[in-house]
Amino acid sequence: MGDWKTITVPIPSSESKNISQFTSETNMSPSSLCSQQVLCPSLPLAKSVHNFFRAFCTEENVDQSVSYLDQELTTLGFPSLYEESKGKEVKRDLNIVAVLNCIQELLVLHRKNLLAQENVETQNLKLGSDMDHLQNCYSKLKEQLETSRREMIGLQERDRQLQGKNRNLHQLLKNEKDEVQKLQNIIASRATQYNHDMKRKEREYNKLKERLHQLVMNKKDKKTAMDILNYVGRADGKRGAWRTGKTEARNEDEMYKVLLSDYEQRQKQILLENAELKKVLQQMKKEMISLLTSQKQKPKEKAEDTPGTVLSDVEEDNSELSKENMWELSCETVREQLTNSIRKQWRILKSHVEKLDTQVSKVHLGGFKDEEVISRQDHEQETEKLELEIQQCKEMIQTQQQLLQQFTTTCDDDTSSLLQDCYLLEEKERLEEEWALFKEQKKNFEKERRSFTEAAIRLGLERKAFEEDRAGWLKQQFLNMTSFDNKNSENGKPQSAFSGSSDQDNLTLHSKPGQKSYSVFSESSVRTSKLTKSLPVSPSTSELFQTIRHISENSSSCVLNVATEDTKPNQVGRECTAQKWSVASRSDSQEGGCSGSRSLACTDWSIEHRDGLP
Amino acid sequence: MYKRGLVQVWSLEQPEWHCKIDEGSAGLVASCWSPDGRHILNTTEFHLRITVWSLCTKSVSYIKYPKACQQGISFTKDGRYMALAERRDCKDYISLFVCSDWQLLRHFETDTQDLAGIEWGPNGCVLAAWDSCLEYKILLYSLDGRLLSTYSAYEWSLGIKAIAWSPSSQFLAIGSYDEKVRILNHVTWKMITEFGHPTTINNPKIVVYKETEKSQNLEMENLPFPPTRAAASSLFSTESKYEVVSSPVSLQTLKPLTDRPNPKIGIGVLAFSPDNCFLATRNDNIPNAVWIWDIQKLKLFVVLEHLSAVRSFQWDPQQARLAVCTGRSQVYLWSPAGCVSVQVPAEGDFQILSLCWHRSGDSMALLSKDQLCLCYLENEGVK
Repeated sequence: MGDWKTITVPIPSSESKNISQFTSETNMSPSSLCSQQVLCPSLPLAKSVHNFFRAFCTEENVDQSVSYLDQELTTLGFPSLYEESKGKEVKRDLNIVAVLNCIQELLVLHRKNLLAQENVETQNLKLGSDMDHLQNCYSKLKEQLETSRREMIGLQERDRQLQGKNRNLHQLLKNEKDEVQKLQNIIASRATQYNHDMKRKEREYNKLKERLHQLVMNKKDKKTAMDILNYVGRADGKRGAWRTGKTEARNEDEMYKVLLSDYEQRQKQILLENAELKKVLQQMKKEMISLLTSQKQKPKEKAEDTPGTVLSDVEEDNSELSKENMWELSCETVREQLTNSIRKQWRILKSHVEKLDTQVSKVHLGGFKDEEVISRQDHEQETEKLELEIQQCKEMIQTQQQLLQQFTTTCDDDTSSLLQDCYLLEEKERLEEEWALFKEQKKNFEKERRSFTEAAIRLGLERKAFEEDRAGWLKQQFLNMTSFDNKNSENGKPQSAFSGSSDQDNLTLHSKPGQKSYSVFSESSVRTSKLTKSLPVSPSTSELFQTIRHISENSSSCVLNVATEDTKPNQVGRECTAQKWSVASRSDSQEGGCSGSRSLACTDWSIEHRDGLP
Repeated sequence: MYKRGLVQVWSLEQPEWHCKIDEGSAGLVASCWSPDGRHILNTTEFHLRITVWSLCTKSVSYIKYPKACQQGISFTKDGRYMALAERRDCKDYISLFVCSDWQLLRHFETDTQDLAGIEWGPNGCVLAAWDSCLEYKILLYSLDGRLLSTYSAYEWSLGIKAIAWSPSSQFLAIGSYDEKVRILNHVTWKMITEFGHPTTINNPKIVVYKETEKSQNLEMENLPFPPTRAAASSLFSTESKYEVVSSPVSLQTLKPLTDRPNPKIGIGVLAFSPDNCFLATRNDNIPNAVWIWDIQKLKLFVVLEHLSAVRSFQWDPQQARLAVCTGRSQVYLWSPAGCVSVQVPAEGDFQILSLCWHRSGDSMALLSKDQLCLCYLENEGVK
């Protein structure tokens, strides 16, 4: 940044001011304090540069300035501004390209520098703020350190004081103890002194007593005597006995007897007590064993070795018991065995109770993992549930019992008959309804039957008529066939018409079951086909037969075998059969219902068919 | 008649019989009957000797060097043996005599500084001897003179004040100056429990009877004229009754003078009931109260507090009934069923200083300074 300093070009004063201004501005230390001021001159830089360039290069000193610039740039490493000299010419032309390149390079450089400057400045700022922060922290920590040091010193002081007090108290205690000891020693010494004095005084006193005693004994005047008036003898008249050695011995014996009797009495009492206590202990032991063995049945709550020990104890104790029974006397070993066994059992019981306690406490804390351990709450809930269930069951049982009683016990005749009556009434009503229905149906059936019989009668009549017609027609036919050959169509038509009508008739008169239906159908189909074709010249007997069969087929009703028909009907026949079929199909479709004559006929037929069949 | 040195004896059955014993210059300090009623033991002045006068044989025996102590002579219950405390050459001895012929049975030294008293156990086989109050020490000797056991509760402080045997000889109650009663058992002669006598009773299970004055409501109109003796006496004497006081109860205490000898502190009087169920004690610095302990439970049972200091009490020899006198004109009776204050109907002021039950338990003698009143107790027919 200080490169501008090296400008030695003579410049006017105004330029120098600008330059100095510029240089002074550019010569600021890159410290953070003047960062802003450093940045500022970028703007005035433009102006100053403007001024400066005007100041630096005027119209007069263009060549000089160019040469100066060229020198500077070449020293900085830029290419020369001049063109390559062609010869020894003094004046060289400016290489515009080089100039522009140089300008460009310089601009780039300038920008780079600006960037670098910015970076440096920001870094500067950052560092500055960091420094501030660190300084603040440092000062705070220093303060904290100070306060903590002061506290520590205070605490140390207190500690010293308390220790001092403690030492004082210890000292006092020691002093007191010493005093107590001293006083006790004093007391002891005084006691001995007093004893000694007492003894001395007593000796003196004894001496005096002796003296007095002597005097008294010596006196022995009459007065020290006993006067008994009205002397009383002993009851048995004996006199008092003298004191002899025998009496002394007797006294001794008596004394010892008294003592011995007392001791014996006491010993008896003690023996009794002992026996009672032993009994109690044995009972306790048995109870404890029974408790523990019953506890053993809960498997997992006990440790594994205790069942073994209990078992072994039980075995041991059984043997011991037998031993003890033999040793009724209070033997040392027996006593020891008994107490030891009881102690063992008690220890086992205690450990068991402790385990239960810990389990209970675990349960209370809620952290139990053992599944067999049921928490008390669950247990209580379960018991409540069970109780409720029991209650409900009981109630149910009671109600059921009541009901049973009601049913089993014989009520009054009226009520029973009434009850029975009402049940019967219900049934009666139902039966009556059904009966009515049945009767209706029966009527319907009767009606149908009558209609059918009428239809059958009509059918019979019509058949007769038909038979007669047929006979007549056959005759005609016979006659016609021999005479006319080409009147097929007419035959066909009347045939068709006839067949159609006959078909219709046949259809309406479904009286006979179609026993010959198959053969008739096939024959009719053949016949119809034959009929559709042009009749042969000579009516053969087969044709006759066919016609007859056709007629017979027509007379008979064969709606049943609609499905099995596989005729090749001619047109007419098709129509006929189609009609038949359609009718049949219609009738088939309406087979289920009872409405309409045809359908009715169908059903009637079906019913009659059913009746006919076994 | 101690001053004259004379003892006069009369017979109850044969009124003509009369006996006079004169000690003469020896003087007379104490006199007591022997248990068989045939001898009189006189203790001469200065405890020089004990003279045994036989009323039947007219013979005299002398016992030298008896000890001048609180309770130097003790007879066994069956009256066979007598124990006498002696002191020779600054040492204590006990002599055992056969009462029938006054033969010296045993003579042994006791390990005491200053033997204060001896007492036979009711079974006649154990003799308790205790030291003076300067040292807490009690020695137990068997009938043949062997030392069975010693017991000492503490050192240096004032020791035993009084003892009492239980009627079954199972327990020995020792009352001491530290206001406690210690009970020893006869098997091991070790302490089984100790009873303290605090000034405040907090346990609500203990019944405290407090004597209170009954207010006399004088009906002036109904007074007869001239006033009868009974009315006169009732006017001037104050009646009292017992009231049950609820806990906590604080008893009236007496602060003893510490610089005087024989301070009024500690358990001065102990007595077992004849059925061995109760023990009655008096703590000398709570002089108005009688403490009754249940021996079966070894706990304090009842406290009777009176308006004036208890003078003496004694159990009925037949049943658990305690009679207490406090120097007033009432005699107080306590039994587990209850307690009652009985006014003695007498002219003027009759201050009962001591009392004595008859052996049958039907009557007792109430003694004042110079008067004697016999009190008969009726049985209500309850068996």
